[in-house]
Amino acid sequence: MSITNDFEYVKPKSLAETLKILVKNKNAMVLAGGTDLVGSLKERTVAPDLVIDIKGLKELKKIEKKGGAIHIGALVTFSELIESKLVGKRMPVLVEISKKVASVGIRNRATFIGNICSAVPCLDSGPVLVAMGGFVHVKSRLRTRKIPAEKWFIHARKTARKPGELVIGASIPLPREKNGACYIKLGRYQGEDLAQASVFVHLSLKNKIPLYQIAFGSVAPVPRRAHRIEKALNGRKLNHELVTEARNLVASVVTPITDIRATREYRLLMCEVMLERALLAAQERLNGRGPAYGVNLI
Amino acid sequence: MEKSISFLLNGEKRTVEVSPSEGLLGMLRDKIGVKSPKCGCDRGDCGTCSVMIDGRVVRSCLVLAIEVDGAALTTLEGLLENGDLNPLQKAFLNKNAFQCGFCAPGMIMSATELLKRNSQPTRDEIKEGLAGNLCRCTGYTPIIDAVLDLVSEQKKDRKQ
Repeated sequence: MSITNDFEYVKPKSLAETLKILVKNKNAMVLAGGTDLVGSLKERTVAPDLVIDIKGLKELKKIEKKGGAIHIGALVTFSELIESKLVGKRMPVLVEISKKVASVGIRNRATFIGNICSAVPCLDSGPVLVAMGGFVHVKSRLRTRKIPAEKWFIHARKTARKPGELVIGASIPLPREKNGACYIKLGRYQGEDLAQASVFVHLSLKNKIPLYQIAFGSVAPVPRRAHRIEKALNGRKLNHELVTEARNLVASVVTPITDIRATREYRLLMCEVMLERALLAAQERLNGRGPAYGVNLI
Repeated sequence: MEKSISFLLNGEKRTVEVSPSEGLLGMLRDKIGVKSPKCGCDRGDCGTCSVMIDGRVVRSCLVLAIEVDGAALTTLEGLLENGDLNPLQKAFLNKNAFQCGFCAPGMIMSATELLKRNSQPTRDEIKEGLAGNLCRCTGYTPIIDAVLDLVSEQKKDRKQ
């Protein structure tokens, strides 16, 4: 299928120039990896007058540790997250998540930030950002905003970005305490499939008190943080009863639908199974054991 | 509006006029006549259009032609060594790793990147590296065997 919509293309060299172009062109779209945008252009679900390629903005290509958080620039691809020494050492679960995204050929091009900008319900980058209390950083000509991840995702394919704003990156607070995490994605097969359901769990020990951060993906219009489950679990050591308690709360947190990929009932049940496995794996990893990050747990 | 872009294609400099809405796959096949990248699903799911941009495999159906201005592209044609098939291509032949051949260029591009980053991949690592390159003929086993075969051959060579 070819692209029928005619548009202009510009590749600015600086952030200031990009923001100027963005504010002047109401019907412009930003191009980073393009794996979503080019697909949408072909399917005619978008029809911009102007495409702004931001791949010339080298300052957005960085993964950095700044102020106790990992900062992921808007041009960082999933392959770069997988290969980053900083990420592998300080937040290996990000490697686990990135390896679940489509295929190498997509991961070489697709960006973490592009994923949260497309904001489809099945995105892999959402649950971690929401559960860890991450931020999305946006910039316009006049101001800079730091938006909490839970406020970023408004609805399926709808984010808090306003006209004239460019997403320059996202930050995820680095846990200072001993921790373990886990991301499990349910697909019909490995490689290239979208999630039917996904769960992210982060378990840390603050003064020996367990703290749980949990979110689900693909089972609500936006990544859903499981506040209710976290509240029931926090401060309590993980054991068989607690896992059962957590499983019983799943249906009160997620609102899956039936679609071409799975039924609502199947998704609900699998969320319970995956939550159990993720909690147990996170605990084992916290204790320095358990499956290596990236191993398939489903 | 058409724009002139320049890039390296298999080491050779090319300059082409493209419109912003033109895709990379179409430009390579129809404008330049490089036929190894195929149009399968045309939405990034099947891997038959795989080419390398600056040493990284990408889905050329999801890249605009205009994006490769200044880049170095490699297609299957660029993998030949002195006009002969390279060891990976020979391994594919030896193992009968394709029947209709439609997926083979993409498979070989993906396997090339995998071996560049990991010269001793396990069967599981090969599966992960080739996931997203679909084959409807072989059932994948001979493809994975071909890569494994090459890996063990090269290991033997190094020992000698």
